[in-house]
Amino acid sequence: MPPLITGVHPAVTPRLLLPAGAPGREDRAAYEARGGYSGGPGGYLEGEDLISAVAEAGLRGRGGAAFPLGVKLAAVAAQPGDHVLVVNGEEGEPASVKDRWLLRTRPHLVLDGTVRAARAIGAVTAYVYVSDDQAAESVRTALAELDELPVPVHVRTVSHSYVAGEETAAVRAINGGPAKPTDKPPRPFEEGVAGCPTLVSNVETIANLPRLAAAPAPGEDVSPGRGFGPAGQETFLMTLTGSCPRPGLYEVPFGGPLGEAAETLGGLTGPPRGYLMGGYFAGLLNRRGHVLTLDYDVFRDQGSGLGCGAVIVLGPADCPVGCAAQVMAYFDRNNASQCGSCFNGTAAMSGVTAALAAGIAGQADVRRLESWAAFLPGRGACATLDGAANVARSLLREFPAEVEAHLRDRCGQCAELDLTAATAPFAVAAYAQPAEETA
Amino acid sequence: MKIKLDRTLCDGFGKCAEHAPTVFSLDEWGYASLAGSAEVPADLEPQVRRAILDCPVDAILERLATPAGRLTPPAGELAPQPGPA
Ligand SMILES: Cc1cc2nc3c(=O)[nH]c(=O)nc-3n(C[C@H](O)[C@H](O)[C@H](O)COP(=O)(O)O)c2cc1C
Ligand code: SF4
Ligand code: SF4
Repeated sequence: MPPLITGVHPAVTPRLLLPAGAPGREDRAAYEARGGYSGGPGGYLEGEDLISAVAEAGLRGRGGAAFPLGVKLAAVAAQPGDHVLVVNGEEGEPASVKDRWLLRTRPHLVLDGTVRAARAIGAVTAYVYVSDDQAAESVRTALAELDELPVPVHVRTVSHSYVAGEETAAVRAINGGPAKPTDKPPRPFEEGVAGCPTLVSNVETIANLPRLAAAPAPGEDVSPGRGFGPAGQETFLMTLTGSCPRPGLYEVPFGGPLGEAAETLGGLTGPPRGYLMGGYFAGLLNRRGHVLTLDYDVFRDQGSGLGCGAVIVLGPADCPVGCAAQVMAYFDRNNASQCGSCFNGTAAMSGVTAALAAGIAGQADVRRLESWAAFLPGRGACATLDGAANVARSLLREFPAEVEAHLRDRCGQCAELDLTAATAPFAVAAYAQPAEETA
Repeated sequence: MKIKLDRTLCDGFGKCAEHAPTVFSLDEWGYASLAGSAEVPADLEPQVRRAILDCPVDAILERLATPAGRLTPPAGELAPQPGPA
């Protein structure tokens, strides 16, 4: 298996990735040598001070929903009774590798953040929830390197699946049930692990906390962005796959155009025809995605999203209909098969995208796809069905001419696809899950 | 009254929408979601109670106000969970 390519955008100093040339996994001594486990000149911000620093910094959840962490911390902290923290490292999304990279390579950064988050919400227990064996081993080794932590931290493992990282699936699995979502309400912040108000946060979100929790010297103002590495430009981890010569994991600043980041880091094979955003979740963008500013709100306003930061590049010769058909077939196979609207809806939408790819769909099929894409969002216990509807809706919105062409002629590229193979399209080969191979 | 519909339990029998079509919306395969808010107006309560009783899989629940934190276990370590740790 080829090693994972990693890289940092030239405009920033890495905060989440390691500097170029750093040797493999970072142990406790190496993390401490970079300033870890000590906070800032005034130690760590705690409790409400930390929660306001996080809110001021505007840190959004990196698990896909981009929900402000400050709001979530405050919501859990305000609940009565004991609280629990779940650090979500399951990374069900096959086109994303960031959480597994962080856990395998920088477990102490994640644990430092875990302790910060646990203290901010007054958690009695914290769980690091993972499916990747190497990630689990790395965190266990890191825990063994540490003396007693102020909050007990446990590693919980589950079998990998697309839905196992959904927050209620994580809670249900830790409670001893199957790693499948439950319907809301309650949400975990109301009632989660052992019935306690529970903060479920993504590994990358948590990895930003040691920096934000770094307290200034006594007498100085709280300044978010202090801590490890220079203050300034906020960054996020982007997994780049698809038609780029150097697919891999990159640390990227917010605020620049998507196309520039993709071209500078992963490289391009020519002017991209479009992008599939947020892994399989946030749908397709046509070539206009190239100039959109990397910002959660900008992408949301365009009916798209940055989601978990996974970006799949459609090269000049890639067919967007074939891309949608592959992803829809994956949703059809990998939903949790619990909610009727989801297992029927994904099968029905996948039927149409497969028929388009096979050149046997008619206008009526496209109209049915359009109506499902509008009617089905919100009808599942989790957002998987919404993700599938995003793919359908965005295909019709962004690529109407291509859809139209597939009604007339058989597409040569789609003819090559095997939609029945149990593969995860656009997965990063270096981190492919055992049950899946890259397509 | 306030209700919850558990879509992971619903088996698509459609009983609920027969009784209270404005509260329960069915998809084309017969599976239900709430049409609007979980808060049921007083005049629709009798129909919704019929739906709750008639749902063959008990997918519809009345959400009784639970005192917050009721399920909270005593402070300290949680009981160990099954599975690899
Ligand atoms: C089908 C599905 C799968 C998900 N998988 C993951 C996952 O693997 N890892 C993750 O962190 N969040 C995942 N999420 C999002 C979580 O439900 C939750 O929003 C997130 O862990 C919260 O962390 P954040 O606020 O730091 O983003 C998934 C959501 C859905 C709907
Ligand atoms: S919406 Fe789909 S994936 Fe989510 S719980 Fe229901 S069946 Fe499972
Ligand atoms: S009556 Fe119950 S099983 Fe039937 S559609 Fe309504 S919720 Fe689903």
